Amino acid sequence: MSLQKKKRVASQSRNRKVSLGVTYAILIVMGIIWLIPLVWILLSAFRCEYQADGTFIGRVTSNFFPKNYGLKNFKDLFTATYYGVPKAFPRWMLNTLLIAIIDCLISTFLVLSVAYCMSKLRFKLRKAFMNITMVIGLFPGFMSMIAIYFLLKSIGLTGNPAHPGYSVIGLILAYSAGAGLGFQIAKGFFDVIPNALVESAKLDGCTNFKIFRQIILPLAKPIIIYQALMSFTGPWMDFIFAKVIIGADNAQYWTVSVGLYSMLFGTHPDTNLFTQFAAGCVIVAIPIVTLFMFLQQYYVEGVTAGAVKG
Amino acid sequence: MASKAITAPKNKAHELTFFEKLGNRFSNFRKRFEDGSLGTKLAHFIFGAGNFYHKQYVKGAIFLLLQIAILAVMIFCPSINGTPYGWKALANLPLKNLSEGGGFDPATGHFTSGSDCKLMILFGFVTIALIIIYFMIWNMSIASSYKADMDKKIGKKPTTFKEDMAELLDGKFHVLMLTPTCIAATVFTILPTIFMIALAFTTYNSQDMNDLGTNLFRWNGLQNFAAVFTGEGSLGMEIKNRFLPVLGWTFIWAIFATLSCYFGGIILALLINKKGLNGKKVFRTVFIFTIAVPQFISLLAVRNLLGEYGPFNQFLKDLGWITESIGFLGLKTGDSEKLAKVMVIIVNMWVGIPYTMLMTSGILMNIPADLYEAARVDGASTFKMFFKITLPYVIFITTPYLISSFIGNINSFNTIFLLTGGGPTYTGYQAGGTDLLVTWLYKVTIDQGSYNTGAVIGIFTFIITATITLITYRRSKAYNEEDTFQ
Repeated sequence: MSLQKKKRVASQSRNRKVSLGVTYAILIVMGIIWLIPLVWILLSAFRCEYQADGTFIGRVTSNFFPKNYGLKNFKDLFTATYYGVPKAFPRWMLNTLLIAIIDCLISTFLVLSVAYCMSKLRFKLRKAFMNITMVIGLFPGFMSMIAIYFLLKSIGLTGNPAHPGYSVIGLILAYSAGAGLGFQIAKGFFDVIPNALVESAKLDGCTNFKIFRQIILPLAKPIIIYQALMSFTGPWMDFIFAKVIIGADNAQYWTVSVGLYSMLFGTHPDTNLFTQFAAGCVIVAIPIVTLFMFLQQYYVEGVTAGAVKG
Repeated sequence: MASKAITAPKNKAHELTFFEKLGNRFSNFRKRFEDGSLGTKLAHFIFGAGNFYHKQYVKGAIFLLLQIAILAVMIFCPSINGTPYGWKALANLPLKNLSEGGGFDPATGHFTSGSDCKLMILFGFVTIALIIIYFMIWNMSIASSYKADMDKKIGKKPTTFKEDMAELLDGKFHVLMLTPTCIAATVFTILPTIFMIALAFTTYNSQDMNDLGTNLFRWNGLQNFAAVFTGEGSLGMEIKNRFLPVLGWTFIWAIFATLSCYFGGIILALLINKKGLNGKKVFRTVFIFTIAVPQFISLLAVRNLLGEYGPFNQFLKDLGWITESIGFLGLKTGDSEKLAKVMVIIVNMWVGIPYTMLMTSGILMNIPADLYEAARVDGASTFKMFFKITLPYVIFITTPYLISSFIGNINSFNTIFLLTGGGPTYTGYQAGGTDLLVTWLYKVTIDQGSYNTGAVIGIFTFIITATITLITYRRSKAYNEEDTFQ
């Protein structure tokens, strides 16, 4: 090896080291920026500071790190009365869990069945169905939300003074009824399954139902998990549908996001509830984040499929 | 390629215009009536008569029951909350001479209470949907009988109910699979959307109506749309004065939010996937973590963090850069609108970049390595390779995503509502400095009760998103050649 060549290799490797170092630096700084708000919420949840006169400081304070840590916020959160509902937070958690499970089952079923039809079956009106879906998807979701509210109200599934709990059924309907129209990502997934597989099964005398159940569904595990994850986490994340459909004066049946939002910004906001709000956020985030982390691989697959198929 | 060349002209020759299709339909109807058996002829009037004629009793009974049920609703007009379905609902649709205890009284200039116009419109539309369904069942009933006729003609036995059910699992599997979604989507998406569109042509403004103690309103044609230019609508001058600023900001927001997250995400993905970098998984996990935390939590956290008494303002004070807290998010009247706008876009990068990173990571790894190899041999720099290979490749693949994310950003309710609540607000106006069309729509309808103006804003949003989609999406390969992927 000539001297010159050696020098060039050395400078190249030095360049690489420098650029790698810069990359590390950027990524670490970005990582910190990205985690700051979440770490802050976590710290606030455990904050346990008192004023000189002994009153608890629940509001937002200017110090990032608490001076005192404790579990008081969690204890208060689980026992306190919010909006006239005793032990409201555990109730909201249960409401949300119930809604999420039912919504997950219905939505996943609807999405899979529509996506399969659109991908692997050919029939009259197929293109029309897809076009209508696209046009409907272009309207802001709120437009239909307001009308859904009137509709549910007229059949007593929300704002029903005799049965306020029916609002939960109304909300489940509102979440899951339109789910079938969000079939695009799952369709993209089914599109990748070779048609030859379906056709050879057909030659063997399989009915379409059998093909779906015995060939497609086992192959579709990733997309089933992705859809289930999305529809299960939906009710925990959404708050605007829940707020409008369950109603501001129906605190007993709120979902957890409406409840937490209302602690700080509702009709009776209380800035002193911030640390309890933070504790609630931590409680909600733990199961959702755990789910995501466990099913990461499926989430990434779904997201990537969505990117290409739009 | 060869097969395409053959099929393309064939398709063209067979493409029928709408009227030709309609014509074919009608001649088909006539043929069925003339050629069909007595049962088929009867089926034109009594659903399922043809099926009874062919001894398909269960099927016939189902058709007959459906006919009786729909006709019963149409004739007897069951009512909910005092508002009827059926023919009375159709009679109510013009919202004139409202007979059931209400109407516009010209003498006092007030509505008299009693009936509820929004339910009248809603139920009117449900009734129209019922009529459409009636004729669909009518058609199915005749077709089913006609098919049995044809089967008989060629010596086959008409299908039994069991066979029909089995067919649902095979040849008509799509009917079984799509029916739940069709019903649910019609009731909970399509009908509500049409209903809200209709409200744009009415005087439905609950605040005025509450003052008058009535649930009645009227159709008023295009007046609400004209109000955007004249300011003579239920929202007063707001719709005229604030429409263009909000529209403009919606566009600016959508463009910046889409592009910043898109390119930021690609760069982050490139950084994380850099050769020789250790701890890729750790970095990825950190960013996925931020996606996994529900948005309302992370956004409200940021809102408080940047708030007046929050740690960030304190941090800047400690540095000695400021003495007074800055209203970064325009939460108070009088805060800077420009700063709030910039901050929303920046915070949105925090929300959106990890998502694009995740998505493009997979795509980046799929770029053929020999492309880079060849470029390196030719002595291309890292930057050149990024702009000439990586970027074009990623953009090409993710164009559909770019479009849908642009549209998603136009309708991006959560970010704005949770971060700034649309602020800074201006006295006398609902729409604040960072309000998008959707958040304005929310305020105008849910807070203000101006459903008609809200519907107008919604329709404008639709027009914008539809135009963008029509121009870009329908031209894209993914849409036009979807079958070629398989």
